[in-house]
Amino acid sequence: MTVNINRRRVLRGITNGAAITVALPFLDSFLNDNGTALASGRPLPVRFGTWFWGLGVTPGRWVPTQTGAGYDILPELKHLESFKNQINVLSGFDVKVDGKANVAHQTGTVGCRTGNVPKDNKSQHPTLDVVIADAIGTDTRFRSLELTATGNPKDTYSWRNSAQLNPSEGSPLDFYTRVFGPEFQDPNASEFTPDPAVMLRKSVLSGVAEERADLVKRLNAGDRARLDEYFTSLRQLENQLELMLQKPPPAEACVVSESPAELPSGYEIDTVVANHKLMAQLLALALACNQTKVFNLVYSNSGSNIRKAGESTSHHQLTHEELPDKDTGYQMQSAWFVERSMEAFAVFLSALDGVREGDGTLLRNTLVFAHTDTNFAKSHSVTAMPSMTAGSAGGRLKTGIHIASNGEPITRVGLTLQQAMGLPVGTWGTESMTTSSPLSQLLA
Amino acid sequence: MSRGGCKLAILIGVCSLPLLTGCSPQDLSSSTALEPHTEGGPPQMRRLTEDQYRQSIADIFGHDIVVGGRFEPELRMNGLLAVGTNEVTITRTGFEQYDTMARAIAAQVLDTEQRGTSVPCTPKSISEPDTACATQFITEIGRKILRRPVSDNILQNKLEMATAATRNTKDFYAGLEYALAGLLVSPEFLFRVDVAVPDVAKPSHSQLDAYSKATRLSFLLWNTTPDDELLDAAESGALDTHDGLTRQVDRLLTSPRIEDGVRTFFSDFLGFEAFDLLEKDPLIYPAFNNRMLVDAKEQTLKVIVDLLVNQHGDYRDLFTTRRTFMTRTLGVAYDLPVRPEQGWEIQEFPEGDPRAGILTHLSFTALYSHPGRSSATLRGKAVREQLLCQPVPPPPNDVNFTIVQETDNPNYRTARERLTAHRENPVCAGCHKIVDPIGLALEKFDGLGQLRTRENGAAIDVSGELDGIDFEDAAGLGQALHDNPKTATCLVNSLYRYAAGRVAQPNEEEWLAYLDDQFARDGYRILDLLRRIAVSDAFYALDDTETSPTLEAFNDG
Repeated sequence: MTVNINRRRVLRGITNGAAITVALPFLDSFLNDNGTALASGRPLPVRFGTWFWGLGVTPGRWVPTQTGAGYDILPELKHLESFKNQINVLSGFDVKVDGKANVAHQTGTVGCRTGNVPKDNKSQHPTLDVVIADAIGTDTRFRSLELTATGNPKDTYSWRNSAQLNPSEGSPLDFYTRVFGPEFQDPNASEFTPDPAVMLRKSVLSGVAEERADLVKRLNAGDRARLDEYFTSLRQLENQLELMLQKPPPAEACVVSESPAELPSGYEIDTVVANHKLMAQLLALALACNQTKVFNLVYSNSGSNIRKAGESTSHHQLTHEELPDKDTGYQMQSAWFVERSMEAFAVFLSALDGVREGDGTLLRNTLVFAHTDTNFAKSHSVTAMPSMTAGSAGGRLKTGIHIASNGEPITRVGLTLQQAMGLPVGTWGTESMTTSSPLSQLLA
Repeated sequence: MSRGGCKLAILIGVCSLPLLTGCSPQDLSSSTALEPHTEGGPPQMRRLTEDQYRQSIADIFGHDIVVGGRFEPELRMNGLLAVGTNEVTITRTGFEQYDTMARAIAAQVLDTEQRGTSVPCTPKSISEPDTACATQFITEIGRKILRRPVSDNILQNKLEMATAATRNTKDFYAGLEYALAGLLVSPEFLFRVDVAVPDVAKPSHSQLDAYSKATRLSFLLWNTTPDDELLDAAESGALDTHDGLTRQVDRLLTSPRIEDGVRTFFSDFLGFEAFDLLEKDPLIYPAFNNRMLVDAKEQTLKVIVDLLVNQHGDYRDLFTTRRTFMTRTLGVAYDLPVRPEQGWEIQEFPEGDPRAGILTHLSFTALYSHPGRSSATLRGKAVREQLLCQPVPPPPNDVNFTIVQETDNPNYRTARERLTAHRENPVCAGCHKIVDPIGLALEKFDGLGQLRTRENGAAIDVSGELDGIDFEDAAGLGQALHDNPKTATCLVNSLYRYAAGRVAQPNEEEWLAYLDDQFARDGYRILDLLRRIAVSDAFYALDDTETSPTLEAFNDG
C-alpha cells in the first residue's frame, strides 16, 4: 500500500469514524502455565543493548587466567562476581587496523561496533545496535533508546554513518518524560481508546512524505542520501504513531514509577554514578514496558573524561601520566576508575535482573554487549580488546564462560551477537576483520 | 588595461596574482572590478542550527512564542560548525523533537490570543473548513517558513490536511494548526536547500536562484530567515541584478541586526559551543560558578561587537585591546572591582595587569584548560588551529607523559619545566615546539583564567616565540599574533568557509587571495570583508556538474 492511499484512507476514516473502545482481560490471565510466553502464545520479547565504558582495563588485573566455565575473578572483575554465571568474559580479540591509523580512543570503539576500521575517521558502516534494531526494533514505540550517564548527548556510539550520530539522552528526567510522559500508553490498562489526534498527527507526517519527490529532484547524490535519512526518521515516527493507535500487548513487569528528580550532570564521578544508577532503573522499566527492544547506555565516554572532585587530573590524563606504583607495578589511580566502571556495570545488571519476567528475569531475556575503546589506555592499543556479554537472549546464548582468543578479529563477537538475536547473517566485518565464524561454543 | 581585459587575462592565467593589484589601481574601491572568476562549489543542503531555528521562529511568529525542545548535537568540521551543517541530517530522535516543537509552536500561533494577528483573514465559520482563508494563511505563512513561494503541490497537500482536521475537530483553527505543524517539520524548513537555475550568461553553467541567494545572504549577515523585503527582492528579480543585490546587502549590513551575524560567526570560529559542556572543579577553583562561564563568553562577544561593528575597527586589534566589559561575577575571577551590581561595565585592564586582547580573557584561558588545571598545550594548539588555520597533528599513540604529571617532582615545578622535559622526546618535539611557546605565555592564567604568579612556589616564565618573533609575556603574544600575516589570512579563509558552508574549492584559490588582499586594503575591517563576500559573484556561484538533472527538474515545474 502506498503512503498516499493510506493517508487519504486515514483522513477519511478520522473524519467519519468514531473512536473505538476495547475492553481487555485482566493481567493474571496473560501468561501461559509455565510462564515462558504470553497466554496468546506470543513469546516474551528478547532485547539487545550495549553498555560502554571508556579506557579499557589494567593489564594483569581484569582478564581471568583460566578459560571456559568456572573462570577465576581478578580484582577488576570483583564487582561482577555475583553475575559470573550470567555473563561471558571475552579477551584477546583484536580490532585489526590493516595499516590504517589507530586514532586514539576512536578506532577501537568503531572497530568493535561496526566491524570496520575507516580510512579517514568517517565511518560509513552502521553500528551493531542499528543493524539489530533494523531487524527487531520495528514493532516497539522506539526503535532504540540511547542514554549517557555523562550528560553529554554527543557521548554516543550508535550511528548509521558517523555524520549522523544517534544522540544520547543525558538527563534521566528528559528520558523519563520522553518515554513515560503524556504519550505513554500503559500496556496493562484495561481499556484502550485510540486518540483521533494521533491519527491526524500521522497524516501530517504522511503529507510531508508525499512532498519528497519534488525536493529529491533538486539534490545531488550525497544530499539525496541525507534526505533519505530524514525521511527514514519521519517514517519511524509515523510507525510510532501507528503503534499508538493499537492496543499495546500486555507487559507483566511494567509498573511505571514516579518522575525522577532532576540531577546535576557532568563528568565528576559521583555525579556520573548517580545518573547511571537512575538511568539503569529507568531503562529497565522502559524495556519491561515494551517501549523498545534495543538500547545503548554509555557509562563513560571513549577516552573517558571522568574525574574525581578536587583532583586536577582526570581518568584519561591519569592513564597517560600516572607512574606505575613502585610496589604493585600498576597505575593504581587509573585502576581505581576501572573498578568503578565494572561496579557500575554490576549496578546496571542488577537493575535488569531485578525485573521478573515469566519464570526468569529481564536480564535473561536480554543480550548486553559491554565493551570499551582500548585494551590498555596508556598506549591506546586496540589488540586484545576486553569485552563482555551479559544475559542469555531468552536462552539463545550460553553464559558463565571466559573465551580467550589469540588475536582473532573481534568481529567474531559481533557476528555471534547478531546470530544470537536471530539475524540471518553469515559473514560480518571488512578486510582482515571479515569473519564467518561465530563463537559457536556460546550459541545455545 | 581595461577591467574586462584584466578579467579575461585572469581567466586565461596571464594576469597572475602578484600582478593583480597593479592591473587597475583606480578600480580598487569597486568590489567587483577585479574579482577573480570562480566556478563555485556544489549546491548545499544545510541543517538549520539551533540558533537559526529559534531566530527564524521568533522572526516569523513573534518573540513570545516559546520554542521548547532539544536539538541534535551539531558537528564541527574543517574548523567550523557551519561546515558540519552541510553533513548532518536528522536522526529519529531529532525528528521526534522537531515534531514536538512544531506542534507546540503551531498550537501557540493559533491559540485564541494569537490567531487574530497570525491569520490574515476571518473564516466564514469557526467550526467548518474555509478554503479561501486557509489558502491565504498557508500561502503567506508558508512563504516565510519555506523561504520561497509555496508550490502548488505543497499548498494542496496542506489544504487537504487542514480540511480533514477541521472536519474531525469541528474547529477551523485546529485545521490550520495541523497544516502549520506540517510546514514546520518540512525538510525545506529544517534544511536550507540550494536551488540551481541555469546561468543566463552561460547556459552551460548554473547559479543559485534568487530565493537561495536571499537565504544565503540573510543567514550570513543576520543568522536568520530572510525578511519580507528580502523575499520581495528575490521575487521581483532585483536580487539578480548587481544594484538590487548591493542595495539589499547594504540594508542588512547597516541594520543593528548585523551584530547577530557577527556574533554567530565568532562564536563558531572561536569554538564557543564548548562552553555548553565546560566543567571546572569548584574544589580547585572556589571562585567558580556557572554564571561566570556565561558571562565569560558574553564578555568576549561584547568586545568583538564593540570593536568590529560599533567602532568599525581592525580585526587584529582584538588580540591587543585592553578595553573590555565586566560584570560583578567576572570581576571575581579577574580580581577587578565592578561598580554596577547588575549588568555590564566598560573597563580598561589597568596598568600593570598582564591582560590585553581576547587571548587573556576567560573565554580563551578557561575554555582551553582542563577542569582542574591549565594547559599550555591546549591553548597553543587552539591558537595554531583556530586563529592561524594551522592544523596540529594528534600525538602519537604510545607516549610517555609521566613527567607532565609529576607536579610534585622538585625538578619540574612549572608547566614550562615539565613540557621542556617532555619535548626531549623527539617524537613529541615536532608539535610541541610550535604549540608550547604560545601556550606557555598564558601560564600566568590558571585553569579558570585567574591570575597567578607562581606555580608550586616557582616563578612562572611567560616568555615565548611565535613564528620567529620573540615576546616577553601574554601581551607580547597578542602583539605577535596581531602582526602575524597568517592571522588575517586565516580570518578571511574561515569567514569564507563559514559563508559558503564548505571548504574552498581549488578554483577559488585566486578569489581567496584577492579577498585577503582586499581585507588588508580595507584596514582589516570585518564589515567590509562581509560586504565583499556578500556582493561577490563567487558567493553565489554554483558548480553543480554532479547534478545534471537541474534543467529537467525545473522544466517539470
